[in-house]
Amino acid sequence: MKYLDEFSDPELAAAMLDEIARTVTRPWAIMEVCGGQTHTIIRNGIDQLLPDGVELIHGPGCPVCVTPLETIDRALAIAARPDVIFCSFGDMVRVPGSSTDLLRIKSAGGDVRVVYSPLDAVRLAQANPDREVVFFGIGFETTAPANAMTVTMAKRLGLTNFSLLVSHVLVPPAIRAIMDSPSCRVQGFLAAGHVCTVMGMGEYVPLAAEYRVPIVVTGFEPLDVLDGIRRTLAQLEDGRAELENAYPRAVQPEGNPAAQAVVHEVFTTCDRAWRGIGTIPQSGWRLSDAYADFDAELRFEVTDIHTEESALCHSGEVLQGLITPHECPAFGKECTPRSPLGAPMVSSEGACAAYFQFRRLEVATA
Amino acid sequence: MTEVNGPPIDLAGWSCPLPLQDYPAIVMGHGGGGRLSAELIGNLFLPAFAGTAHASVLQQLGDAAVLDLGGARLAFSTDSYVVRPRFFPGGNVGDLAVNGTVNDVAMTGARPVALSVAMVLEEGMPVDELGVIAQTMGAAARAAGVSLVTGDTKVVDAGKGDGVFITTAGIGLVPAGVDLGPHRVRPGDAVIVSGPIGLHGIAVLSVRGGLEFGADVRTDSAPLNGLVASMLDAGLDVHMLRDPTRGGVAATLNEIAASSGTGVRIVERDVPVPDAVRAACGFLGLDPLYVANEGRLVAFVGADDADRALEVMRAHERGTGAVRIGTVTAEHPGVVVASTGIGGTRVVDLPLAEQLPRIC
Repeated sequence: MKYLDEFSDPELAAAMLDEIARTVTRPWAIMEVCGGQTHTIIRNGIDQLLPDGVELIHGPGCPVCVTPLETIDRALAIAARPDVIFCSFGDMVRVPGSSTDLLRIKSAGGDVRVVYSPLDAVRLAQANPDREVVFFGIGFETTAPANAMTVTMAKRLGLTNFSLLVSHVLVPPAIRAIMDSPSCRVQGFLAAGHVCTVMGMGEYVPLAAEYRVPIVVTGFEPLDVLDGIRRTLAQLEDGRAELENAYPRAVQPEGNPAAQAVVHEVFTTCDRAWRGIGTIPQSGWRLSDAYADFDAELRFEVTDIHTEESALCHSGEVLQGLITPHECPAFGKECTPRSPLGAPMVSSEGACAAYFQFRRLEVATA
Repeated sequence: MTEVNGPPIDLAGWSCPLPLQDYPAIVMGHGGGGRLSAELIGNLFLPAFAGTAHASVLQQLGDAAVLDLGGARLAFSTDSYVVRPRFFPGGNVGDLAVNGTVNDVAMTGARPVALSVAMVLEEGMPVDELGVIAQTMGAAARAAGVSLVTGDTKVVDAGKGDGVFITTAGIGLVPAGVDLGPHRVRPGDAVIVSGPIGLHGIAVLSVRGGLEFGADVRTDSAPLNGLVASMLDAGLDVHMLRDPTRGGVAATLNEIAASSGTGVRIVERDVPVPDAVRAACGFLGLDPLYVANEGRLVAFVGADDADRALEVMRAHERGTGAVRIGTVTAEHPGVVVASTGIGGTRVVDLPLAEQLPRIC
């Protein structure tokens, strides 16, 4: 199929793998930032096909995985209210809070709905004027424009029963936090292509220069990821540290100005806690004061949140690339997709779930 | 009312092989055909239903039971249909309810004969819509060559149903000498699907409230008894048949790998996925291997008969798109492994519950 088959062509993949094998002279560690790329890598076995010594470190770019527990507990408390229709992306509904998850809230009578587009939540608010409709607006820069649009649309429609529970996170501050970490082993980055589709590449120029690290904007099909790896390795072998665009069919250097405009109108930068990692300064977006009326956090007073993470879960180390999922002692034992201890075991973009689903065999025989 | 014998069920005691105690109430995933469904059946229903004369038949957990009744072998199956929306591109809940049960019976190798139909109607359900569903059921039965011979109708209060829930049960006769099932699956067997996968699930999703998208996809809902009969009549060395409905091809292969104690290796590139299904799965974040089919079967055929099986299947109108997607292996028993498009490998796991559309 056009635009899909070309990017998973086995002959092109073999040629690219050959070129990579010829290029590499020593071990390298590359981080793919985005969970979608982790999913592609593990699902297609790309890491198995790379030369020995080339290590892929799975980054923190799974949006449901890094959404802080406190926010999830707040979401669960709001979703349990009888006056609320709580709308969420699908992979959020099984993410464990301190004591429950959205699916169980639904099973206990809560009105929890999975929507594909955030704008569907606005339509629900229009259709249900006597109910409060809350959309769980999470994700990286990629999902921010559509989430921001829900609020501008609700404002234009004069809806007073719609609000957004926001927990947006940003990639560049996360790259900075990873590079500043004393235990950092990352020598090159595959940047998240769809984030750059929105935000452009400008933010990454100073990062590549300051940390002397190659950053290659990379797509999500198997050949996209291989090409990102190939270019990163070529830079590393040459001693270069540049920003490259390996996803030009989707990413313009300046990004999408219209999307940026709505995001900057609705959101303002804030410090943000990342589940499993900690608070990263200026690494998130919240609703700006002009849109405070649509902030679910302000609209619904939720007290009595006592977050409690599983003591067994090492997802923080996984999200920072310090361990691979199956090095966690709970992996596949106490923690499985059916009873996840941490968010990376829930989402198909989560590194732990990807390893569990696609790598059970070698993990079992290791 | 039947007196309940024995102690009350203790959730905390369900520790083997799969615990359930972390789900004290039913969640949607218990009906999703994945691990949660398997736990509910294994831990709640099987122990409760034990001790009857033919209980060993239930233990096999086939989509249909085969009962040996002093010479004649009767295939017997039942299924409930609760699809939402009731009408979708290419069909509705009515033909689904007929074809689904016909197919479950046919997968034992039986010739389906007759079906029962039980309807639970919700107050307020438009009668003309019910009429269309009934007409469709009659047409589907005639097309499949089965008779609708008994039924029941109940009405529940408005808000207590989804318009109409249909339960059908079907019986059929297994021809002499036909013996299909996981006990006959052997390493080396060819794994064949009868046509392109994922059409039904995507057709339904494409019109589901809150998720509508324009896709040129129609359900594959169809009776497969004719195809099965042609395969058996040709004397093919068929070892097992299964229709990959809920949970898709991935769930079917996992169930067969587990129940036969063999491994299954598939070649991902050989799995026939229509472009429109691949595109929809791409933007919804779904895997076509897990999407439901209602007019396809997966056949396990002796290695030497694989090519002839493809010929016979392709000659039948329900099998024109038949392709071999893999092979049974003695390695990794109980596990399904896929060779990926670019030459890697991965495990194809049993889904936990329904797939959930991804965030981005």
